[in-house]
Amino acid sequence: MVRVEFLGPIGKEPLELDITNLSELSDILKSDDKVAHWLETCAVALNDTMIKDKQITLKDGDKISLLPPVCGG
Amino acid sequence: MSHLQLFDGDLPVEQITNAWYDDFRLSNFGAIITFVGVVRDEDGIDGLSFDIYEPILNSWFDTWQEKAKENGAIVLMAHSKGDVLNHTSSYIAAVCSPKRRVALELIDEFVEDFKASAPIWKYDIIDGQRKYAKERSTAIDGAGLLS
Repeated sequence: MVRVEFLGPIGKEPLELDITNLSELSDILKSDDKVAHWLETCAVALNDTMIKDKQITLKDGDKISLLPPVCGG
Repeated sequence: MSHLQLFDGDLPVEQITNAWYDDFRLSNFGAIITFVGVVRDEDGIDGLSFDIYEPILNSWFDTWQEKAKENGAIVLMAHSKGDVLNHTSSYIAAVCSPKRRVALELIDEFVEDFKASAPIWKYDIIDGQRKYAKERSTAIDGAGLLS
């Protein structure tokens, strides 16, 4: 299972999903009314490392984090 | 002392900056430049509130420490978690370097990249409620991967 966490203001509880790539995750989240409108502005981390390449293979125990727009300071 | 410090609520500015000065003035740095961010009273807010995702903040900060080290410098940072009322501080950044020019340039880059990349989310506090500061927030480079 892959754990998916939604950080900051998204305000959604984590999901545990049986997926192997980011395209599957994208399809699932696009159909989630609470998350879909965040996707365009969210960055993505795999196991706490930021990623920019969608062509990765997910394995059991991986953690994906969605990071909405930031504003520290 | 950790070069990255997180506090619940507003920052004890004098304590933090005095400690940095005391710790690093003996390290033969000729320039210590400190930036203190203060929460302003504007748009009817009582203050700001912050969420932080610490694992990625730590790795972002470590990358900056490596960059500073290449210039013979170090970076320091303190930030608040939770609520910070108007006219108090939520953010302090500093650069210590042998020469002023490196410190002046690094503090500018460091603070700007912090605003664009550090995994921290800001909320206005209005009438006791937290409202995400969406319009003032910046999408992190690479955003939209799942859209």
